[in-house]
Amino acid sequence: MSDYNFAYLDEDTKRMIRRAILKGIAVPGYQVPFASREMPMPYGWGTGGVQVTAATLVPEDVLKVIDQGADDTTNAVSIRKFFQKTAAVAVTERTREATVIQTRHRVPEMPLTQDQILVYQVPIPEPMRFLEPRETETRRIHALADYGLMQVRLYEDIARHGEIATSYAYPVEVAGRYVMDPSPIPKFDNPKLDDCPAIQLFGAGREQRIYALPPFTRVRSLDFDDHPFVASKADHACAICGSTTSYLDEVITDDAGGRMFVCSDTDYCAEMAEGGA
Amino acid sequence: MYVAVKGGERAIDAAHDWLGRAHRGPAEQAPLDTAQIRDQMALAVARVMAEGSLYDPDLAALAIKQARGDLIEAIFLIRAYRTTLPRLGASAAVDTGAMRVKRRVSATFKDIPGGQVLGPTFDYTHRLLDFRLMADGELPATPPATGDGAALHAPHVLGFLNRDGLIEDTPDDGKEPGDLTREPMELPADRALRLQALARGDEGFLLGLAYSTQRGYARNHAFVGELRIGAVSVEMEIPELGFAIELGEVEVTECETVNQFKGSRTEPAQFTRGYGLTFGQTERKALSMALVDRALRWDELGEDDQGAPAQDQEFVLSHCDNIQATGFLEHIKLPHYVDFQAELELVRRLRAGAEDEA
Amino acid sequence: MNAPQTRLSGGFITPAFDSARGFRTILSAMSRPGTVLDLAGGHGPAPLSDAAATVLLVLCDRTTPLHLAPSHDTADMREWIAFHCAAPLVDAPDAAFALGDWAALQPLDRFAIGTPEYPDRAATLIIDGHDFNATPAWLFGPGIKDSATLALPKTAAFAANHARFPLGWDAIFTAGSRIAALPRSTKVR
Repeated sequence: MSDYNFAYLDEDTKRMIRRAILKGIAVPGYQVPFASREMPMPYGWGTGGVQVTAATLVPEDVLKVIDQGADDTTNAVSIRKFFQKTAAVAVTERTREATVIQTRHRVPEMPLTQDQILVYQVPIPEPMRFLEPRETETRRIHALADYGLMQVRLYEDIARHGEIATSYAYPVEVAGRYVMDPSPIPKFDNPKLDDCPAIQLFGAGREQRIYALPPFTRVRSLDFDDHPFVASKADHACAICGSTTSYLDEVITDDAGGRMFVCSDTDYCAEMAEGGA
Repeated sequence: MYVAVKGGERAIDAAHDWLGRAHRGPAEQAPLDTAQIRDQMALAVARVMAEGSLYDPDLAALAIKQARGDLIEAIFLIRAYRTTLPRLGASAAVDTGAMRVKRRVSATFKDIPGGQVLGPTFDYTHRLLDFRLMADGELPATPPATGDGAALHAPHVLGFLNRDGLIEDTPDDGKEPGDLTREPMELPADRALRLQALARGDEGFLLGLAYSTQRGYARNHAFVGELRIGAVSVEMEIPELGFAIELGEVEVTECETVNQFKGSRTEPAQFTRGYGLTFGQTERKALSMALVDRALRWDELGEDDQGAPAQDQEFVLSHCDNIQATGFLEHIKLPHYVDFQAELELVRRLRAGAEDEA
Repeated sequence: MNAPQTRLSGGFITPAFDSARGFRTILSAMSRPGTVLDLAGGHGPAPLSDAAATVLLVLCDRTTPLHLAPSHDTADMREWIAFHCAAPLVDAPDAAFALGDWAALQPLDRFAIGTPEYPDRAATLIIDGHDFNATPAWLFGPGIKDSATLALPKTAAFAANHARFPLGWDAIFTAGSRIAALPRSTKVR
């Protein structure tokens, strides 16, 4: 073990975060203010997710950390190492083996189970923030469920572009009440939040907010009857595993602009390539 | 063939090794001693303590050394360390009236009881590079200072105005001030909480805001009623003992400004106050803090909202912390290719749609 | 001099690990209304159940005002809480947590239900000595696939609490070493 308390945070801090998580679970989609701590990594680099994970981990957990769907991206490596060092938990790259998964910008392709917790890193938790920069105002909007501003914005998109021009961090409505930012996941991932068997927790460190989705919560991407939500992705197959259903990264392969498409979820891709799943 | 962004772990280790070498500088140079930083870079140490919210000159010096002189990085190191410290209690409010002053000036009165004490200031120096410092690092020995931080009967200048009712009274409301490092900030924030945020806030950001008030963006006519720097004792009430014991001394800078008066036909005119209190010798910061504090008080003083940035507490409080700001700013260096891919997809589709219609 | 030791025993042996495991159980219970789980590790004076003692140790500290309903407001309890949680004891309206059996917690309209701006500022009721074998009610809502059941002391009270969602208190049921929970988001019938 290291010189730090289990999972780095002191017990008072973990208790405070745990209480916030429980209130988040009790009011799905509502952003619970919490006294986010300064972590040894910068704000904006997953401090909210890290604090939620730290407050959630038990010694028996198997932790997976992904960024952009991949386990080996630099920030995922850094956060995984942090918990190996401070909590001495087992780690894995396999989605199906993990009990806690911390993620930035993706939901794993493999369906999650009720034995898992998915922790999202959130930069800007307030779905209305870019329509209304004031916290005092957005708080009122949520209190009154007065989401007309969002509807207007989405409708203006349709008028201008012919469709809703939001491709990631696409807002959702939770259990028929709160409009919530699903974190900057591509909208392709939005349907995975709906009726998900796993517990989903969202941590925004710099903005001091925690919110949550209990399992099997109704999560609806905002849309209009005549312009229904579509979870789109590149219309290609993965060049490595051949999957036609997973979210793809575009990789530029040469100076002439040649490109190929590969799975963003590296574990899923490896498993598909081995002929598994 | 596709080369995945594999090897993140090895890349990080290699980068850290490189940092270690760069940090040390050429091997033939003597390494910096943190005591030298503490004593010879004392103003950098003061800034790191002030914005790091931790009074420990040795640790601040260590942080500066470890951060290769990047003060915001050093502040970050101190903040991250600070959060791990247990909280044993709250001290009694420090009595800055009993300060052992090493500098104390008033711009509002020519002479004041206790006198004007210039202290170790850059003011009135000619800003000419002193090449002797480069040649051998030594300056001719100066005679030892007399009255270096001597205890001095130096009552607060604003107290004189207050006695005559010429300046607003700000009695202690007895309320325990909030702590934004333990409770999430709730807006609107009261003055105590705002002052805490400003005391931790970025010097450059507050300087810019304070400057903007001087140039007319919510001008508040600030006079430096008093600026004092020196040591104050920190005491803590021990309930079991029934009295306060002294824990030690900290150096602070305190700035009290006399500002734009208020009043009406029925209410006699009175000057108003701005306040700044910061760790160490951090004069620019304390002045900036006092001006911004005053600007943020427009509502309680019944002034107009001019829409100036320095009046907007949500704007100021949400953006004055350089550790929050730098973290979020720098995070855009992290990979965002999943989101960018989604945008790419969308733009291609919108373009295809536009071409179809053309 | 043994008496104080027994009164003051019953804390966690390895606080960081025991709290973490205890929290995961409470999280599971709150996330899956109707699910009854085992929770132990804490032990306090009668009539406090081990499950409720563990909830207190996991969630309460000097920052969480606690209300002791008459059923649990004993000198031993006060001493145990002062030693292990240091939670300030308060009247019902100021409580972040309230502990008692169902009858002693009445009337429930004394407890904080949050505000429209801050619905999180609502009490959590720890209903100790719960009868897990009472007539079950049907549960629907977040955390529940289709439907679930849970024995409730009085269905109407929980239905009324849900009716004001997102305001309302949240409930944790304990007895012996068993725990279940019912957040305000759950519709009951």
